[in-house]
Amino acid sequence: MEEQFAKLDIRKDENIVYKRTNLLVDRPLSYCPGCGHGTVHRMLMETLEEMGIQGNTIGVSPVGCSVLAYDFLDIDMLGAAHGRAPALATAIKRMWPDHFVFTYQGDGDLAAIGTAETIHACNRGENFTMIFINNGIYGMTGGQMAPTTLPNMRSSTSPYGRDVAIMGHPLKMTELIAQLPGTYYVTRQAVHTPSHVRKTKKALRKAFENQKNNTGISFVEVVSNCNSGWKMTPVQSNKWMEENMFPFFPLGDIKVDGKLVEKKEAVAKE
Amino acid sequence: MTEEIIIAGFGGQGVLSMGKILAYSGVMQNKEVSWMPSYGPEMRGGTANVTVIVSDERISSPILNAFDTAIILNQQSMDKFEKSVKPGGLLIYDPNGITTHPSRKDINIYSIEAADEAGKLGLSKVFNMIVLGGFLKLKPLVAPENIHKGLEKSLPARHHKMIPDNENAIEIGKGLLKPLNVLN
Amino acid sequence: MGELRLMKGNEAVAEAAVRAGCDGYFGYPITPQSEIMEYLMAVKPYETTGMVVLQAESETASINMLYGGAGTGKMVMTSSSSPGISLMQEGISYMAGAELPALIVNVVRGGPGLGTIQPSQADYFQAVKGGGHGDYKMIVLAPASVQEMADFAKLGFDLAFKYRTPVMILSDGAIGQMMEKVELFDPIPRRTDAELIAQCPWAATGKPKEREHVIITSLDLDPAGQERVNLKLQAKYRQIEKDEVRYELIGCDDAEYLFIAFGLSARICQKSMDLARAKSIKVGLLRPITLYPFPEKQVAEIAKKVKGILVVEMNAGQMIEDVRLSAGCSVKIEHYGRFGGIIPAPDEVVRALEKQIIGG
Ligand code: SF4
Repeated sequence: MEEQFAKLDIRKDENIVYKRTNLLVDRPLSYCPGCGHGTVHRMLMETLEEMGIQGNTIGVSPVGCSVLAYDFLDIDMLGAAHGRAPALATAIKRMWPDHFVFTYQGDGDLAAIGTAETIHACNRGENFTMIFINNGIYGMTGGQMAPTTLPNMRSSTSPYGRDVAIMGHPLKMTELIAQLPGTYYVTRQAVHTPSHVRKTKKALRKAFENQKNNTGISFVEVVSNCNSGWKMTPVQSNKWMEENMFPFFPLGDIKVDGKLVEKKEAVAKE
Repeated sequence: MTEEIIIAGFGGQGVLSMGKILAYSGVMQNKEVSWMPSYGPEMRGGTANVTVIVSDERISSPILNAFDTAIILNQQSMDKFEKSVKPGGLLIYDPNGITTHPSRKDINIYSIEAADEAGKLGLSKVFNMIVLGGFLKLKPLVAPENIHKGLEKSLPARHHKMIPDNENAIEIGKGLLKPLNVLN
Repeated sequence: MGELRLMKGNEAVAEAAVRAGCDGYFGYPITPQSEIMEYLMAVKPYETTGMVVLQAESETASINMLYGGAGTGKMVMTSSSSPGISLMQEGISYMAGAELPALIVNVVRGGPGLGTIQPSQADYFQAVKGGGHGDYKMIVLAPASVQEMADFAKLGFDLAFKYRTPVMILSDGAIGQMMEKVELFDPIPRRTDAELIAQCPWAATGKPKEREHVIITSLDLDPAGQERVNLKLQAKYRQIEKDEVRYELIGCDDAEYLFIAFGLSARICQKSMDLARAKSIKVGLLRPITLYPFPEKQVAEIAKKVKGILVVEMNAGQMIEDVRLSAGCSVKIEHYGRFGGIIPAPDEVVRALEKQIIGG
C-alpha cells in the first residue's frame, strides 16, 4: 500500500481534502463501528484545534461507553465517577478560570445518576461546556433502560418495552436545564449525516467561544445512535433514530444567548 | 492556678457569650483557656451551658464532672450542677426563678440578683455581665484591662460601642453579691 | 510568636487552611461542622488569597469537586460530619486510586444513621480501614485540641502532596464546637499556576505541545495493569507506615497501667490520669496522633512494660482492635467506651480502670 501511494505520489499538500485532526490520538477507537461517539470526538477535537486551545483545555470524561474518551483525545483529562463530571468541571473551571473546560457524558451519566450535579452546575451558571450524548440506552453495560429510553422502547431491563406507567417517563433533560437562568446556550444536534455533523461542529464552536465571555453553561446535546444496544445495523439505527428519537427529542437550538428560542422554531426543522 | 467553671442557664441569657468573654480575657492575660458549650437543638430556647477552664498550665480535659465554680441561672441547672461543685468550691446563682435554693454546706454559696438589677436599670442586654462581675469579684482571674481586650475581641465591631455598658455592668455586679454560705 | 486567638475547632481548621495556601474549599452544611464553611464565607478568602469557597449541592458533589480540583494539582479541602462522610466514600476511593492529594475534615457525630449531632469517635474504622471500596488507605490525623485542628490543616496538606493521597482529619463534634487559645502560623502565599505546574507534573493543567497528555483516572481495565496500580499504592502505604507515625506519650515513665486514647478521649484521659495519680494509681497515656499509620511498634513496646491497658474511645470498641493486633496477648487490654454522643467523664474513666484493669 505504502509503496503504491508513494508511486502515485498524490500526497501533496494541494491534494489534501481531509485530514485527521492532530488532537485525536492515533489509535483505534473503542466504539462499535457505526456509533456516533467517534464523530462527536472528531468534531470536538477539530473545534479545539481550530481555536488553538489544546494547551489550555481540560476535559472530563464520564462512566459509560465514552469512559475511555481520555485515551483518544490528546488533551489533559480527568475521568469522573459515574454522573459526577459537572462537579469536577465546576472545581476545575473555578480554579483555572482562564482555561477551557468541558464535560462529555452519556444519558445515564448525565440524566440519571448525575441529575443533581447536572442541574446544579447549570443552575449556578458555571462557565464550561457540557456535551451530552443521548442514545436512549445504557450502551456499555449492555443495553439497559436509560432515563431517555422512549415509551415502549425495548431494552434489556424493559424487555417488553418501556411501560411508562410502571417505569416512568423519558426525561427531557435538555429542555429542563434550558429553563435555568445559569444556562446560556442550549442546543440539540445529531451527527448521522454530513449536514448534521456540520451543524454540530458549529454548535460546539459556539459553546467553546462562549467560555471566553463567562456567559454560563453552554450545553450541546447530540442525539445519537447505539446500533449495538438497539440491536440494529448502523444504517437501520440511523433511520430508527430519525423516525423515533427526533420526534421526541426535536433537533435545533433551545436557548441562544441566554434566551429561549420560540417553540415553533425549535420544532421546525430538520 | 486552674479554675474550672460551669455556667448554666436558659438559651438567650447570654450564658455562652459570658463564657466566651471570660475565656477571651484569659487569652489576653496569656492563660490557657477552653470553652466547651452544649450545642444543638437543646440550645434553641432550652437550657444552655458552657464549661470554661482558665489555667496557667496546659488544659487536660475540656469536659469535666466536677467544677471549682458553678454559675447557675435557672432551676434546671441548679438541679443538675449544684452537686457537681467540688467540696470547698463556689456556687453563684441568680435567685430569680429559683424555687429550690442550694443547700450544700461544704461549698461557698452567693446569690446575685442580676436579673432584677438589670431590669431596674434597663440593662437587660448586659445581664450576663452583671453576673460575670459578681464572679470576678470573688475570683479575680483576669485584670480589668484584659477584660476590656476580651470584650473587644469577642464582640463584633458593630457592638463595640456597647463595651462601656458591659464594663459598667461588671462593676455593678461586683457590688450585688449576697453571701449565703461562706466557709472559713 | 504567631497571632493568638480564641477560636472554635471548626473555625481554626478553616483559618489554618486559608493560611496554608489552600486553593479551594467545597462543602455542604451538616451539624456539627457548618462553622467551617460559615467562617470561610465570612472571611472571604476569594478577595484576599484568591481561594475559592463553594457551597455544593451535596456531599457527593463536594467530594467530586475535590477530585476535580485535586486532579489539576490544586490544594483543595472539604469538610463534613459522619453521614456526609459516608456519602463521600465513593469519591475518596476514586481519589486514592487516582493518587490525588486532598484534605478531608470529618467532625464526627454519633451514629449509625442520622444518629445524633453530639460528638463521637465511631467513624474510626471507616477512616483508617478505607471506608470506600478497594484496597486503599488514607492518612488519618486525630487532633486533640483546637490548636491541633489548625496545625493539622497545614500538616494534612503537606502529607497529602508528599504522598499524593487523600488525608483525613478525624475530629469530633466537641473539638469542632469548643473554643481554645490558638497560635496561628503566618500565612503562606498560594502557589502560582507556574509553581504548581512545576511541582505537580502529574496534574492535568492543560497540555503543552512538548509533553504527553495527562490522564487522571483510577481505571485500568487490564487486570495486570490494575494489579500494578495496587502494588504501587501498597508500596506507598508501607513508606507512610515507616515514616509518618505520630504519637504522644504522657506520664509513661513510671506507669504501671496505661490509657490508650485518641482525640477528645485522650484529653479526658489526661484528667483521669491526674485523678488516678491522686489515688496513687500510676497510669500513663499513649495518644496516637496518626490513626493510620497506627503507632504499632510503640504500642507493642509499651505493652511489655505495663500491667494492663485501658483503651478509651467514644465508640463501641474500634481502635482497640489495632491495639490488640499491635500488642499481642502479653498484657490485659480492655475497652471502655460511651457512644451515641455521650462523652465519658474523667472520673468514670478512672472507675473503669479500677474495675476492668486493676481489680479485674
Ligand atoms: S454500545 Fe452503543 S453507544 Fe456504546 S459504543 Fe457501541 S454503539 Fe456506541
